[in-house]
Amino acid sequence: MNKNSPNLRLAGVQTLELTQRALQNEFRQWVVILPGLIFPLMMAAVYSSQFGRTLGLPGFPEVRSFLDFILPGSIVQAVSFGATSAGTALALDIEDGFFDRLMASPVSRVPILLGRLGGAAVIAAGKAIILILIFLAFGAQIKAGIGGALIIILTASLLVLAIGGLAQSMAIRTGSQEAVGATFPLIFVTIFMSSAFFPTSLMEGWFRALAENNPITWTVDPIRRLVIQGWSTTDALQALGVPLLISVVTVSLAIRSLQKMLRSS
Amino acid sequence: MSSALSEMKHSRQVAAAICMRGMRRIKARPVLIVPTIVMPVVLVISFTGAFSSLTRIEGYGTSNIYNWMAPYGALQGAVFAGIGAVGSSADDLEQGFFDRLLLTPGSRFPLLMGTVGYSAFRALIPTTAVFFFSLALGMTVPGGIIGVLSLYIATSFLAVVFCLIGLVILYKMKTQRSLMLMQVIAFGALFISVGQVPQSFMDGWLKIAARYNPITNVLELSRQGFLGDVAWSTTWPGLVALASMSFVAGGLAWRGLKKLAP
Repeated sequence: MNKNSPNLRLAGVQTLELTQRALQNEFRQWVVILPGLIFPLMMAAVYSSQFGRTLGLPGFPEVRSFLDFILPGSIVQAVSFGATSAGTALALDIEDGFFDRLMASPVSRVPILLGRLGGAAVIAAGKAIILILIFLAFGAQIKAGIGGALIIILTASLLVLAIGGLAQSMAIRTGSQEAVGATFPLIFVTIFMSSAFFPTSLMEGWFRALAENNPITWTVDPIRRLVIQGWSTTDALQALGVPLLISVVTVSLAIRSLQKMLRSS
Repeated sequence: MSSALSEMKHSRQVAAAICMRGMRRIKARPVLIVPTIVMPVVLVISFTGAFSSLTRIEGYGTSNIYNWMAPYGALQGAVFAGIGAVGSSADDLEQGFFDRLLLTPGSRFPLLMGTVGYSAFRALIPTTAVFFFSLALGMTVPGGIIGVLSLYIATSFLAVVFCLIGLVILYKMKTQRSLMLMQVIAFGALFISVGQVPQSFMDGWLKIAARYNPITNVLELSRQGFLGDVAWSTTWPGLVALASMSFVAGGLAWRGLKKLAP
């Protein structure tokens, strides 16, 4: 048996404990989670009522209703807006000294980051489930069925890991909640400059080029095909693969920032 | 008589001093105004980029997406400016400076007017930024100088309206957190209007909500000079909407300020 196994098991237990703590913190302030659900729902309701005519535009993907079209974008929007919470919570831990206490305790370093991210990923999955149920109640359809819905929920969690990793890296570098919170407009812009709310085939010029090369588009498009066209293994793998790959990079970045901070302190 | 005149003069001076204090704060910390400028410009880029194909649909009202979206972006900037002015008052409230203002002799009315004036001046910055940015990207102004004037009137007074609504909430909650609630109200009010598409494009509940939303009238006032000539029939409903909202929100804010204890 590998001598690292007990250490890994311990790290796993610590990650789970810290995930539980992160979840308790989030649920204690459940009101903060609400805008992340209300805004995307409001946008979906407004867009469905005002963009009905666009379905007839040449180049618009064949879709039953705008509600089906916007479902993936709304979920991505909802989870992205809460994704920085893993970073702001970590920055709060740094600001109020809890982080120092964790550092002084015999807790492995990586679970401190992964625990927060785990909490955010669970919340994201919950948000995705709630949104899917609301959309279905209002007449949306996921052609890929339950399998497709599961892929959407997993993608939502992975997307939060990707954005959360970046936010944590920033939290470690700045130690400021305000600085991490300032990334919100950037996320807002990144979502708008993608296919989340409108197909890239109907965009023009540099904006279209930017939207087509936006990782949010690479994530939204395969989910959308699962919703409006039906099951495709390639689409499912792409939907999971893109945020997974990005989260590996951003979480590694956060771990490196933590190691750098520990070396310098 | 002369005492009343001197009191009025004094009130004007206090209001002007509070307004100038806000403007000086921007000068001292320019970073405060960055979101007020950047957000509306970014919204114009996002909306024009994402929804440029809307102009291909018959009945959209213009073939130039900037002519439609720029006034919407400018109004959003104005709303942020109004909320930003409330943020300054919230700062003063939390730090205790507002208590000292409340304890000074004389009417509290100039305190309200000073903040409102600051919001109107503050709104000129994002409006100008959005206007020149959109002009550089191809926006046209068929309504000429009167069209531009309509835009500035709409944005300045809408900033006043949202500043007053924000103050009503702030005087009640007495915390910076009230700004979050304000943002939700502002976002909702602007979103459920003719911001992105004309009423003829809407159906169901949205069509009714947008029809009765006073922001729709303000948007039409601000946008008319960019879609064609300025007409009185489009101007007066916007002015009435602004005046009514200012009157109601102003009355409530004044009542809240009078009740506020140091």
